[in-house]
Amino acid sequence: MDQSLESEMTLSMGPQHPSTHGVLRLDLRLDGELVIKAIPDIGYLHTGMEKLFEYKKYQQGIVITDRMDYLNPLGNNLAYVMAAEKLLDLDIPERAQVVRVLMCELQRIASHMVWLGTSALDLGAMSIFFFCFREREKILNLIEAASGGRMTPSYFRIGGLMMDLPAGFDRRCKQFSDDFPAALKTFETLATGNPIWQSRTQGVGVISAEDAIDWGLTGPCLRGSGVELDLRRHNPYTGYETYDFDIPTEPDGDVWARFRVRMRELYESHKIVRQALERLKPGPIKADAPKVVLPDRDDMRKHMDSLIHHFLIVAEGFNVPEGEVYMPIEASKGELGVYMKSNGGPKPERVHFRGPSFVNLSALPVMSEGEMIADVVAIIGSLDIVLGEIDR
Amino acid sequence: MTEKLHAYVEKLRGEHGDWVTDVVEGHGEVTVVVPRESIVDACTFLKDTHGFDLLADLCGADRGPEEDPRFEVNYHLFSTKHYNRLRLKVLLSEDAPNVATVTQVWKTADWHERETFDLFGIIFDGHPDLRRILLPSDFDGHALRKDYPLRGYEPYSMN
Repeated sequence: MDQSLESEMTLSMGPQHPSTHGVLRLDLRLDGELVIKAIPDIGYLHTGMEKLFEYKKYQQGIVITDRMDYLNPLGNNLAYVMAAEKLLDLDIPERAQVVRVLMCELQRIASHMVWLGTSALDLGAMSIFFFCFREREKILNLIEAASGGRMTPSYFRIGGLMMDLPAGFDRRCKQFSDDFPAALKTFETLATGNPIWQSRTQGVGVISAEDAIDWGLTGPCLRGSGVELDLRRHNPYTGYETYDFDIPTEPDGDVWARFRVRMRELYESHKIVRQALERLKPGPIKADAPKVVLPDRDDMRKHMDSLIHHFLIVAEGFNVPEGEVYMPIEASKGELGVYMKSNGGPKPERVHFRGPSFVNLSALPVMSEGEMIADVVAIIGSLDIVLGEIDR
Repeated sequence: MTEKLHAYVEKLRGEHGDWVTDVVEGHGEVTVVVPRESIVDACTFLKDTHGFDLLADLCGADRGPEEDPRFEVNYHLFSTKHYNRLRLKVLLSEDAPNVATVTQVWKTADWHERETFDLFGIIFDGHPDLRRILLPSDFDGHALRKDYPLRGYEPYSMN
C-alpha cells in the first residue's frame, strides 16, 4: 500500500455524488487509492443571495436567510435579526429570548440528526439514518406548529418573534424532550459502540489544534481538535450565559473526535431545551418599538396609529441608523457571522454571511491529503457541510 | 466594554504610528482603518503579539461608483484566548483595487479573499491561487458591485 505507483490519476468526485451533501465537486489527484491533492470546487448553488439582500427591506431579508443553511434556518434567522437589532439598539423581551433559545436548540438537534444520519449513511450504516430522521421529524413538527413552516420557518423577526407559541406547545415540546434520551441511547448503541464505525473514523482526517485555528475552523470541528470555544459561552447572546451547559471537546482532531463532540452536544442541547421550557413564562414577545415591529392584528382593528405603523412598515419599511455590525452566533456547524452595513435607509447597504460550512470546507484539503479515497467521504461527512450556505 | 479593544488600538498605534488612520466605535465594536500598505504588518502584529489567532471573516463592501475610496475590505479578527473581536478596515480606490494578501498570516483568508475577488474584483497581491470561487471562471464583471445590475447584463447560459 505504501508503494508509490508514480502515476497520477485525476478523479472528479461530484457534483452529483450522494456523499458530497449537495452539489460539491472535488478534484482528487490520486496515486492508487491515496489522495495526493484534493481541490474543492464550489459555486454550483450560487444564487446571489448577498446581492438580493441589498434590494430587499430588512424584514424581507429574513426569508432569504432560511434558504442558506437549510438544516439550521432558525440559526440563520437569529443571526440576521440580531444584526439588525444591534443596529437598531432594540431590547428584546424575556419571553422572546427564551423562545429563541428553545427553538435554536431544537433546531441544533434537528441539524445534528441530519448530520448523524447522512454521515453514517455515507459509510454504509443505513439503519441509523431512519432513527435520526424519525427524531428530526418530531422537531420539524414542533417548528411547524410554531411558525407554519418546516424547513423555512422565518420565525424570528426584527424585534421579537413572528407570533407567540401555539397553545399546548410546551406540552408537546416536553413530550419530545422526555422521549429524546431513549433515542440518544439508540444512536450510541448503533454508532458509538459499533466496531466498524470506530475503525472507519478513528485516526482519519486528523487536523491539529493549531492548524484548525489557522484554517478558521469553528464549532464542533474546532472542538474536535481540543479547543474549547463556544460562542454561546464566550461571546454570549440571547441570554445563553444564564443557561447551564458544558462545552464538549475531544483532543484527537479526527473524524471520530468530531463525531463524539456532536454526539455529546446533543445531550447539552437537550439540557438547554429543558431549562428553556422551565423558564417559559407568559409575557410580551415583541420589542416595544412600534415603528419597527408589526403591531398585533387585534390592535390594528382598534387603534388608528397601529394601522398607520403597519402600513408604513409594510409599504416603506423602517429606516435603520447608519453603521456596521458583525453579529456572530454559534450555529450548529460553527460560527455564523452576519456583517451588516446600513447607510440609513430601509434596505441594507451590504449583508455578508460568514457561513461556518464555507470556512470548514476550505480546510478539507488539509484533512484529506494523504488519506485513502474512501476516507474522503468520511471526512466530508464529519465536516457537516451544507452547500446552500457555502455558495449562497 | 470597548476599553479593552481601545487598548489594542493603542498598542497598534504605539507599535507603529502609521498603522492607524482612523478609529470608529459603534454598537460595542471597534473598527480600525488601516492604510493598505500596512495591513499585513498590522495583522501579523495583532496575531503574534496580542493573540488574535483566528480570522473570523474577511469581506468586501462597495460604497458605490461615485464614492472615492470606493471599496472596503473588512477583516474581522477574533481571539480564541481572550475572545475579543476587532475589525480592521482597508479602503481602496476604484483605480487601484489592490491590497496585499493575508494568507500567510491566516490560511483561512484563502477562500475569503477569493470570494472577495470574485464578487468585487478586489485584487489580493501575492495570493497563491486567486481564481473565481463562486461564479464560473468565464463570468463577466463582479456581481456584488453596486453598478452591476441585479439581474445581470444578459441571461447567463451554461454553454
